Amino acid sequence: MAENIGYPIGPGHQINEPSDFNFVPKSKDEMRIPIGPQHPALKEPESFSVALRGERIMGVDVKIGYNHRGIEKACEGRSFVQDVYLIERICGICSHTHSTCFVQAVEELAGLEVPKRGLYLRTLVAELERMHSHLLWLGVAGHEIGFDTLLMYSWRDRELVMDVLADLTGNRVNYGMNTIGGVRRDITKEQVENALKVIDKLEEQTKYYIQLGTEETTLIQRLSGVGVLSHDDAVRLGAVGPTARASKVDRDVRRDDPYAAYGDLTFKVVTDDHNDVYGRTLVRLGELMESYSMARQLLKNLPDGPIAVRAPRKVAAGEALSRYEAPRGEDVHYVKSNGSENPERVKVRAPTLANLQAVSKMLEDRYLADLPIVVAAIDPCFSCTDRSIAVADHGTLSWETVRQWGIDWYKQERGIDFTKIKWGKQ
Amino acid sequence: MSDTEKAKHTLESKFDFLKDQVRVQRERRLWLEVPKDKFFDVFDFAVTRLGFNILGTITGLDDGADIGLIYHLFALDGRVLNLKTRIAKDKEPMKTITNYFPAGAIYEREIVDLLGAEFEGLPAGLSYPLPDGWPKGQHPLRKDWNIAMLDQANKENK
Repeated sequence: MAENIGYPIGPGHQINEPSDFNFVPKSKDEMRIPIGPQHPALKEPESFSVALRGERIMGVDVKIGYNHRGIEKACEGRSFVQDVYLIERICGICSHTHSTCFVQAVEELAGLEVPKRGLYLRTLVAELERMHSHLLWLGVAGHEIGFDTLLMYSWRDRELVMDVLADLTGNRVNYGMNTIGGVRRDITKEQVENALKVIDKLEEQTKYYIQLGTEETTLIQRLSGVGVLSHDDAVRLGAVGPTARASKVDRDVRRDDPYAAYGDLTFKVVTDDHNDVYGRTLVRLGELMESYSMARQLLKNLPDGPIAVRAPRKVAAGEALSRYEAPRGEDVHYVKSNGSENPERVKVRAPTLANLQAVSKMLEDRYLADLPIVVAAIDPCFSCTDRSIAVADHGTLSWETVRQWGIDWYKQERGIDFTKIKWGKQ
Repeated sequence: MSDTEKAKHTLESKFDFLKDQVRVQRERRLWLEVPKDKFFDVFDFAVTRLGFNILGTITGLDDGADIGLIYHLFALDGRVLNLKTRIAKDKEPMKTITNYFPAGAIYEREIVDLLGAEFEGLPAGLSYPLPDGWPKGQHPLRKDWNIAMLDQANKENK
């Protein structure tokens, strides 16, 4: 059995000195500036209080929680099935991530064995989601360093995978693919063929980005040595996903604690030892290539049979812990059932929360101008992290009112009358 | 014997009070509850000797008179040890684990806000995730909490 594996963790390790919240500038070049919660350099609400000496960052305090919507509490008041859809809305990008992580835990509690075809389809959507997420990140990274052509290119290509997702699931985000016991939609041979064609095209484009990433001097120079996170710091601060893997932390839940159909797939965990934003770019590009390979394996070896088993409304009492390798890193869900229709407790640990401490470390003694790309480089998702309902004074709209509002809006603004559409059998 | 079973065996033979206490729910999933006074003996052993040296997260639970705390500890090979303990609600604090895992601070702060537990030794820092100006003593994840209590507290503060 493994003794201490060499991770520099133990009671002897001291934690970082807490930041000086009452920082008082000692000279003219020292100052503390607030960035966020709303700021052009940030895509989501988070707040940084940056202590500066000239252009150098001396320390950063990160305040998050602006997206807290109380989803964990809301889950306790709803049934397991309703929660699948609520949990899926924790995040737009990682929607399948959260719903999969949740249903896996519930399936373990209910003792359900998901049919192979269901697992393959679940995994397929997972890898397609990773593709669109990584391509999205590549564009954001390009934008943050003033390379907007890269943003235009990668987001153009991202549309291809979004179209496949829409074709397979009916939606570009919040796919509604998962259900407790399997998936909700089967796919046809034509859809498989179409997806394979798109993957070929995406692979070709990604090879171009890899060439760009390894040969384009401006890109390499702008990203190298920026947002440095040493291997030891990555481990000590609990970084996850591509952020950790770019600091040579060889961890990936898909391989280490296989779920869904990953046990049947051949793939390699991409790591890098640049320890900086450049390394994180290379890891994500490498992961895109692995995702294409995995999606092909899934599409070509799709087993026949049912896609789901029937799930009970009441879930046996117990607790389960589910893990999932999200595009941003490891997602963790804990679900406790008391034997009723509603869960007793649902706990979500999204990957960005695990990576935030590493961000403060990456920014120390770096230039202020690097802040946007360093923050962007962990591919942060604060909706996931905060997963939480603004308690507003408007009162609560009933479900019917919200639904009617949506129907009226589409009629007026888009000329679509949903009441006239005949829905096909699903 | 699988590695998961081995970990169960090692834990149970190291600590007498753990005899038949470690539950293997499935491959790579170990569950164990220990009393608070023995918690750090087991925690330290698991983290520094057994290879469960990655902190997944900490789950806080409203267990009636107690706050339940589950430390989800991961090993590199994919095994998970879910180590649970309890503290009396509003009566006793838990010791921080930030001396083992600096990244644990944010998970502890979350439990402070949402369940009202206290962590001894947790360094001062910004609260998470409730907004600034959230009234004291309002912990939304407690089972007896509801939105009317927040409205009431806000009215009293005005």
